[in-house]
Amino acid sequence: MTLQEIATRIGATVVLGAEHLDEEVEHAFASDLMSDVLTLKDTPLLVTGLCNIQTIRTCDMANLQAVLFVRNKRPSDDMIELAEDNDMVLLCSEYSMFKTCGLLWDMGIKPLY
Amino acid sequence: MHQEYTVVEGDFVNAGKASSSVKKTLKQLNVNPQVVKRVVVALYEAEVNAIAHAYGGKVLVDIDADKIKMVVADKGPGIPDIALAMQEGYSTARPEVRDMGFGAGMGLPNMQKNVDKLNVTSEVGVGTTVEMEVAF
Repeated sequence: MTLQEIATRIGATVVLGAEHLDEEVEHAFASDLMSDVLTLKDTPLLVTGLCNIQTIRTCDMANLQAVLFVRNKRPSDDMIELAEDNDMVLLCSEYSMFKTCGLLWDMGIKPLY
Repeated sequence: MHQEYTVVEGDFVNAGKASSSVKKTLKQLNVNPQVVKRVVVALYEAEVNAIAHAYGGKVLVDIDADKIKMVVADKGPGIPDIALAMQEGYSTARPEVRDMGFGAGMGLPNMQKNVDKLNVTSEVGVGTTVEMEVAF
């Protein structure tokens, strides 16, 4: 499943990285706890309600390339700038974390654990 | 190669800048990406700790051909019981630290999991020094 297909199916807005939407996503990890994200060995799509500069810094350290913000959270300009430096994709969904994860599961996106 | 960074109390906007810079340097030096990730995850957690718990400090990084040494030294309240602080889930973080996605008592354990050598020394009322080493 590509990021474009995910964005289309859940009606997510593409805030950054339209040129990377053809990248395939196999796994997702949902968390608002960045220390938990820093323990990941893999590089899944991050689904989170935490929308601040540390979300992007954490992705930089953990080599995550795509973030899906839930509940209408909108990344700030400094977040977008930092994410752009790291060639990231930022998507925004109006759905809750639970519903977003349910939809991703229905699409066949797998958990890491 | 020696690098130094200053950490400012409560400056969450810049938390991770030192780690980001070290990541770029190690990538330029063609260090194995898995090793780079271990280094920067540990350093990032240490940076966040210094910003969250102390009154500022320094990050000192020394990169050799075969290893990286990192020292995060803060001036702050110190850690009364280091063994307790090393336990996963133990946290004294303020609500604003948790708002930034940290403060769940995973920082020191995450550092330990990612580095080859970790030494934490602390004096109550003076500060804490975290020394870490990762072999390439």
